[in-house]
Amino acid sequence: MASSFFKPQAQNAQNTKSAEKHADPSLQPWVEKYRPKTIDDVSAQDHTVAVLRKTLTSTNLPHMLFYGPPGTGKTSTILALARQLFGPDNFRSRVLELNASDERGISIVRDKVKNFARQTPRAQAVSSDGKEYPCPPYKIIILDEADSMTQDAQGALRRIMETYARITRFCLVCNYVTRIIEPLTSRCSKFRFTPLDHSSSSTRIAHIASEEGIHLESPAVDALITTSAGDLRRAITYLQSAHRLSSSTEPAIPITHRDIQEIAGVVPDNVINDFAQTLGIELDTGMQVDGMGKPGFDRIRNKVRNIIREGYSSTQILAQLHDIVILHPTLNGKQKSKCALIFAEVDKALCDGADEELWILEVALRVHKAIA
Amino acid sequence: MSLWVDQYRPRSLEDLHYHQELSTRLKSLASSGDFPHMLFYGPSGAGKKTRITCTLRQLFGPGVEKLKIDQRVFLSPSKRKLEINVVQSNFHIEITPSEAGNYDRVVIQELLKEIAQTQQVDLSAKQRFKVVIINEADSLSRDAQAALRRTMEKYMSNMRIILCANSTSRLIAPIKSRCLLMRVAAPSAEDMQTVMQHVSRRVGFDLPPDVASKIIDDSGGNLRKAILCLEALKMQSPDLSGSLTIAKPDWETYCQKVADLIISEQTPARVMEVRQKFYELLSHCIPPTVILKTVADRVVERVDEAIKADVMHWAAVYEVRMRTGSKKIYHLEAWVVKVMSLYKHFFYGMDFD
Repeated sequence: MASSFFKPQAQNAQNTKSAEKHADPSLQPWVEKYRPKTIDDVSAQDHTVAVLRKTLTSTNLPHMLFYGPPGTGKTSTILALARQLFGPDNFRSRVLELNASDERGISIVRDKVKNFARQTPRAQAVSSDGKEYPCPPYKIIILDEADSMTQDAQGALRRIMETYARITRFCLVCNYVTRIIEPLTSRCSKFRFTPLDHSSSSTRIAHIASEEGIHLESPAVDALITTSAGDLRRAITYLQSAHRLSSSTEPAIPITHRDIQEIAGVVPDNVINDFAQTLGIELDTGMQVDGMGKPGFDRIRNKVRNIIREGYSSTQILAQLHDIVILHPTLNGKQKSKCALIFAEVDKALCDGADEELWILEVALRVHKAIA
Repeated sequence: MSLWVDQYRPRSLEDLHYHQELSTRLKSLASSGDFPHMLFYGPSGAGKKTRITCTLRQLFGPGVEKLKIDQRVFLSPSKRKLEINVVQSNFHIEITPSEAGNYDRVVIQELLKEIAQTQQVDLSAKQRFKVVIINEADSLSRDAQAALRRTMEKYMSNMRIILCANSTSRLIAPIKSRCLLMRVAAPSAEDMQTVMQHVSRRVGFDLPPDVASKIIDDSGGNLRKAILCLEALKMQSPDLSGSLTIAKPDWETYCQKVADLIISEQTPARVMEVRQKFYELLSHCIPPTVILKTVADRVVERVDEAIKADVMHWAAVYEVRMRTGSKKIYHLEAWVVKVMSLYKHFFYGMDFD
C-alpha cells in the first residue's frame, strides 16, 4: 500500500488543479502545491486513511483528534477530507480553520467558535464544477496546532463540543496529544500519524521531482530523507530550495547531497569528524589529526572557537556528535552511557538558552574526559 | 560624518568581499523571481545584515534605501500599550519583535497580518511581494514563533520573511523547515585583511599588514569590531606607526583584574571584594554571561592544566543557572567561590568530590 500512494491520482490531481483559481502556481511553495487533494493521496498513513474513507461513504463523522510529529500529513488529511465532503463551493461556509497564527484565547472560543458552531448549516450550494459531493448536514471546525491552546480555552470547548454535536464536528490537530486535556481527548476518536518510512518518502519525492522535471540522483534522495527524518514537509521544502539554487544558475547544475545538507544546516562530515578526533574519538576515516598527538585543553578550546565562528548551530553539532559516539564501533558501553548522560544534560542547558560556546566547550571537555 | 563601518558598508552583492559563493546564490535567487523565506544565521559581525540589505537592493533596486522610521503602537491582550520602532521603505519593513518582550506574539500577529493582507500597490515595483525582516529571531518567544508558522505558508504570495539570528538552536523546527537557511560564517583572517585594506584605500591611507593582522587577532572574527578598532587607532595615531596597543574596553580590563584577584588570594574577604567589582560591572550594563565568560577565560589562562576543564565546567553550569534564575549576582558569586575552593584544593594537593 505504501508504494501505491498517489499513483492513480496523477491525472486526478491535474483535473482538480484546473478547477482551482491560483494566481501563479509556480510561485507557490511546493508543500502547498502538492498537498493531497483527496484522502487517497495521503502518503503512508494507511490505517487512518482506511477509517476515513469509510466515513466518506457513510458521511458520518465523529469528532476527531489527529496527532503525530510534524510533516506527517495531519493538516493535509483533514483539509482533503473536508474538500471531498463539501466540494470547493460549500467549503467556505462549512469549514472554519483556526490555527496558532490566530488569536485563540478563551474569548475567541466563546465568541467565534461558538457562533460558528451554533449556526445551522447553510443549504448546499450547487457545485459549479458539475461533480457530486456528499455534503452532509454539518460543519467542520478545524483547530490546527491545538496543543498551543491554553488550558482554559480547551476547557471552554468541552461543552460546546457536546451541545452542537448534531450540526458541528470538531477536528483537533496537534503534535503532542498529552497537551490536550483529558475531557477533550475522550470526546474524540484519536488518529495517530506515524513518521513516514523510507520508501513512501522516496516515492513521493520522486513523484514531485518528475512533475517539476528535476533530475535527482539517488544519493541526493537519500540525503533528503535522512536529513528530514520522516518529516515530508521538510523534505519537500529542502527539495524546492535546492531546486531554486540549482536552477538559478545557467546551465542548471544537478543537485548534490552536499547541497541538501547545506540547506538543511547539517554540519559537513569532515568538520564534525575532525572535531570528534580532537576529542580523542578514534575514527577510521583515514584522515590524520593535524599536529600533536595528545589533545589538551587549549587545543579543544581553539577547535570549539573555530566551529562556533563558522556559525554552525550548536544543537546540530550536538546531534551529530551524539550519532558518532553512540554508533561508534569500539567504545565500550560504559563510555557510551557516560557520553549519553552528558549529551542529555547539554541539550537541556541549550534548551534553557545557555551560552552556546560555553556549553559546546563543556560537552567537548567532558566527552574527552569520559573517553580517555 | 558617519562611522567607517557604515560609510564603507557594501551596498550591492557585487561589492561584497568574501563568501563569493553565497553572494552568487543570493543574486541568482533574487533575480529568479522565485524568492523563498530566508533565515540568515552566523556569529555577530560576520555580515548578515549587510547581505540582507544587499539582497533587498538586488530585489527592488535603489528604492529600498529610502528608509523611514515609524513608531507603532500595539495593544497587548491586557490593553497595555506597546511601542515598537519600525524601519520601513516602500518595499520592506524591518522589526525587532524582541523589543516587546513577552508580548512579541502580538506584534508578530498584528503586523504580519496587516502586511500580508495588503498587496503591493506600486505598479512599477519589481516584485509583487513585500519583505519583512525580523531581527534577533532567536530571541522570539515560542508563542511568537508558533504564530509565524501558518502565516508564512498562507501569505506566501504577498510577502516574504527574512529572519536574522545568531544561532538556529533556539528556533523551533517548523520555522526552520519553512526557510531557506543561509549560513554566514565569520570571515577568515585573509578575508578580513582584504576588507580592511579596501577600507583604508577608500579612506586614503596605507595600512601596514602587521597592524591589520594585530587588529584581526584581537577581533575574534568580528569584522565590525575590527573596523571600529581600526578607526579608533587611526584617530589615536594618524600615521599608524610605532608601538600600537589596541585599547581594550574598560570592562574587559576590569574583568581581567577580577580574575587576577581570584587567583592571587582565596579568602572570604576576597570574595567580598570580587562581589563589589561584579556589582560595578553589572551596574554598567555588562551582560552577566559576558562577564562570566571573560573572567573564566582569564582564569583558565593562569591556572594549571589539570583544573582548567573544571573551571570551564562550573562556568557552564552556573551560566545556565543564571539564565533560569532571577538574581545574576548570586550565580556569579557562587562560581567565584567554587573556583576558589577548586584552586585551593588543588594547591594543597587535596582530593575533592
